[in-house]
Amino acid sequence: MTRVFAAALALLLAAPAAPMAETAAQTVATGDLGLVIERATGSVLLVDQSDRAALARIGGLGDLSHASLVYSPDERFAYVFGRDGGLTKVDIVTRQIAARVMQAGNSIGGAISDDGKLVAVSNYEPGGVHIFDADTLEMVADIPTGSKTIGLVDAPGRRFVFSLWDAGETWIADLSGEVPQITKIPGIGKNPYDALITANGRTYIAGLFGEDGLTALDLWDDTPTPIRVLPGYGRGERQLPVYKMPHLEGWALTGRDFVLPAVGHHQVLWIDAATLTESGRTDTHGQPVFAMARPDGRQVWVNFAHPLNDTVQVIDTVTKQVIHQFKPGPAVLHMEFTPRGHQVWISVRDAGKVMIYDTRSFEKIGEIDADSPSGIFFTARAHRTGL
Amino acid sequence: MGDPRGHKVAPILGLACLGLGLLLLPDTARAADAPDPAPLKRLVHQDCGSCHGLTLKGGLGPDLRAPALAHYDPETLRTVILDGIPETAMPPWRPLLTEQEAAWIADYLLKEAPK
Repeated sequence: MTRVFAAALALLLAAPAAPMAETAAQTVATGDLGLVIERATGSVLLVDQSDRAALARIGGLGDLSHASLVYSPDERFAYVFGRDGGLTKVDIVTRQIAARVMQAGNSIGGAISDDGKLVAVSNYEPGGVHIFDADTLEMVADIPTGSKTIGLVDAPGRRFVFSLWDAGETWIADLSGEVPQITKIPGIGKNPYDALITANGRTYIAGLFGEDGLTALDLWDDTPTPIRVLPGYGRGERQLPVYKMPHLEGWALTGRDFVLPAVGHHQVLWIDAATLTESGRTDTHGQPVFAMARPDGRQVWVNFAHPLNDTVQVIDTVTKQVIHQFKPGPAVLHMEFTPRGHQVWISVRDAGKVMIYDTRSFEKIGEIDADSPSGIFFTARAHRTGL
Repeated sequence: MGDPRGHKVAPILGLACLGLGLLLLPDTARAADAPDPAPLKRLVHQDCGSCHGLTLKGGLGPDLRAPALAHYDPETLRTVILDGIPETAMPPWRPLLTEQEAAWIADYLLKEAPK
């Protein structure tokens, strides 16, 4: 069956793109593939989880420092959000750029709607959100905010939620009707720097840089109002310099808690998911950047800001204790678990490697050469709200 | 002005600690008198670039390319790098950089920083 299909596909592709036909046929199944951002060279590396190997490099994506991407529901297309405002649609079956637009001057991530039809990009300059047809990359909505816009996520019901760094507001854009409906929620707090949405699409949490604390919104509420979470969590403690903003994307929900990086404190914070109250703190090696839960929620892996970014700590979520610490190499930028959590892939920028570890034995089981790797994105994200 | 982290402490605590101290110092902090351009350039683009963009054209933090910094004199810019800007996301880099290194970076940004 597969061979017949592959042969048919090869025939189909033979006329317009003969050299690609064979490769395309070999990569029809994309469920265990992923892309690694190569930030300095403007390329993405197509990787195979099962083979722990790089399959192809796709270039021409512009400035990919701080780039991220989302996948189409069929796991064939990746929408890559570049720092320079470029939005690139990459076809991982043909290993080619399918479409590309320069949509702003300076961007910071994006999201895809629950139905896979719309791709939204949040921009610093000019501040706001642009929404595109996922098929053609034609712009279908322009939502200027007058502020650097961060923490853009998808929410169920063809909605996007994002926050305004300068204005301290969260906006909900509902694209389910003919005309986008915008709900503005003020009073989120000073300088929200990133946000997350829970996998069920109910709770949106914005982290604040300008004050200690976070703000949650219950999106099941008809008129969501800001809920302060851990207000003044570092009160009385000296605020430490933050050399890299933490990330809340890749949120971590363990058995019953969220785990989030503190800002200006070398800690991760535990928040009871039901009551949104503090349930613990764990001291860490440095300023956490990502606190990522293994998919089963039993472990949280944490990396750190410059100059302590050569180290990773693993925290057990039952005891909230650090159970393992190691140094993958210089400049650990990102971590991505396989969907069932048996492995973690770690990008080590200055080593030029993606390193692969077994999450139970902590043994290194492989590595892949990559050029200044940063974000790692497996296609299984296609089926997760908020990723 | 000497390096406050290595040279002052080492004679008191002995050679073993000198070794440890040097290990703990970032590479960029060792040659305080003559900053090594390569690691500093890397720091500017990779680490300042976390907020200001790899190409320094701005991100969460502002544009750091020479025309955007024209209103700064080198002394002031060095101080901003070392002490940060209170009430903003710009942190003090004094814990990680010597005065000479900060001066080198200020000079680099004002004169040479590429697009």
